[in-house]
Amino acid sequence: MLDDFVVRGVLAALGAVLATGVLGCFVVWRRMAYFGDAMAHAAVLGVALSLAFSLSIYVGVIITALCIALIFIQLTDAGQTADAALGVLAHTALALGLVIVSLLSGAKLSLSAYLFGSVLSVGITDLAVIWGGALVVLGVLWWQWSDLLTATLSPDLAYAAGIDPRRKELLLTVLLALVVAVAIKVVGALLITALLIIPASAARQFARTPEGMAVAAMIAGALAALLGTQGSLMFDTPTGPSIVVAAAGIFTVSIIAGRLRS
Amino acid sequence: MTLLAAEKVAFRYGGHNVLDRVTLALVPGEIVTIVGPNGSGKSTLLRVLIGALKPSSGAVTRAKGLKIGYVPQKLHIDQSMPLTVRRFLDLPRRVSDHDACQALETAGLTDLGLRQMAGLSGGQFQRVLLARAIIGRPDVLMLDEATQGLDQPGSASFYRQIEAVRTELDCAVLMVSHELHVVMSASDRVICLNGHVCCEGTPEVVSAAPAYRELFGTGTGGALALYRHDHDHHHHDHSHEAAE
Repeated sequence: MLDDFVVRGVLAALGAVLATGVLGCFVVWRRMAYFGDAMAHAAVLGVALSLAFSLSIYVGVIITALCIALIFIQLTDAGQTADAALGVLAHTALALGLVIVSLLSGAKLSLSAYLFGSVLSVGITDLAVIWGGALVVLGVLWWQWSDLLTATLSPDLAYAAGIDPRRKELLLTVLLALVVAVAIKVVGALLITALLIIPASAARQFARTPEGMAVAAMIAGALAALLGTQGSLMFDTPTGPSIVVAAAGIFTVSIIAGRLRS
Repeated sequence: MTLLAAEKVAFRYGGHNVLDRVTLALVPGEIVTIVGPNGSGKSTLLRVLIGALKPSSGAVTRAKGLKIGYVPQKLHIDQSMPLTVRRFLDLPRRVSDHDACQALETAGLTDLGLRQMAGLSGGQFQRVLLARAIIGRPDVLMLDEATQGLDQPGSASFYRQIEAVRTELDCAVLMVSHELHVVMSASDRVICLNGHVCCEGTPEVVSAAPAYRELFGTGTGGALALYRHDHDHHHHDHSHEAAE
């Protein structure tokens, strides 16, 4: 069954959207969309460095994304606004990645796979990494759910309950780096944020509790993955962008349904 | 037994002393109110006490296993987060329906469980914050300007609720307020803060103290007030030593 590239592609997409769906809720609640975008853009630099030093792509992406997050903290501590700091970092990382790749001979072709995804070309190893990473992300979120939620709602409430909200923020940053690595081959660096934001936003329409929203986001994400892959095979369109277009369709329907209900 | 104490706590921010050698101690069952003008460091002091801020010098000590119930000045719930009242009461730890119900009742509410937090009125919202804070039977209940946005009768009834909560849970209450008249009547002890502790004592003592009158501009200082000033400052220094 795993010999079929379509099956592998669908499974890879499903693994990625389960993780992005739930983590995406935190990204939406904490308004970290632009932060997620910066980390995803940093992944391009990570890929370039991995190719340059013949490292595993996944390792390179995670390390670079974390470095960008660290530099971001330094910059904002030094008085830069978050908005400007993220803008500088995201685009610097992306541009630097493209420059480095152009210096490497023969790497240009493989980079576009990481920019826009190439889920139908994932191998068994990729599949294992994607599902392994996704399960780690989901497991940590499950384990830390209540603390993360409290810290997200109000850092002071967290402190009063003996929870250090800065540690929780750091944890979310690490999970975000992991998710970027998990999703880069599925939708590509440029569209990872879409998988974080769109399913969670669609889920918001129907949810009454944070847990309800997380589950609904996973369902919306899974639906988008199935419809998108299917559509890309039918219309011969790139799979990653097709998944995002499907997610956008689900979001639109959810908005209309939400309006009709109220 | 001291539940929570600050000893010579200073907090500097941006080259400015927000808190200057503040010493206070809280014992079980008492209601202590911190009053002071805007920018006097009231909220900063509470945030130091809950551990959200590290004092620049001095120390905060807590009794072992101290449970703090904290009602923040305001809580913004992002509209992207769906949250029912019942689910909110489960933060940071799940509680039984029985406990949740009882806490809501103690806070003067009933039957709000399924409502969204975002759909509550100001008064209901504050009471839900109070219910959440008392749910684990805290040793210390801390309230930071908890009646902001409530009208006069609303905040008066809120403070009556606090007294009822204290009686029921037998916890210490530490609150910050600028609503002097309402708060004073409900307190066992008042601490007047303006960066440093200006004066402290029973509501009667503090409201008569010149330092307090100077800050809040009520009444004029006379000969008696002058006498009390000295007396009060002596008392104040003495209590410092006693607390150390």
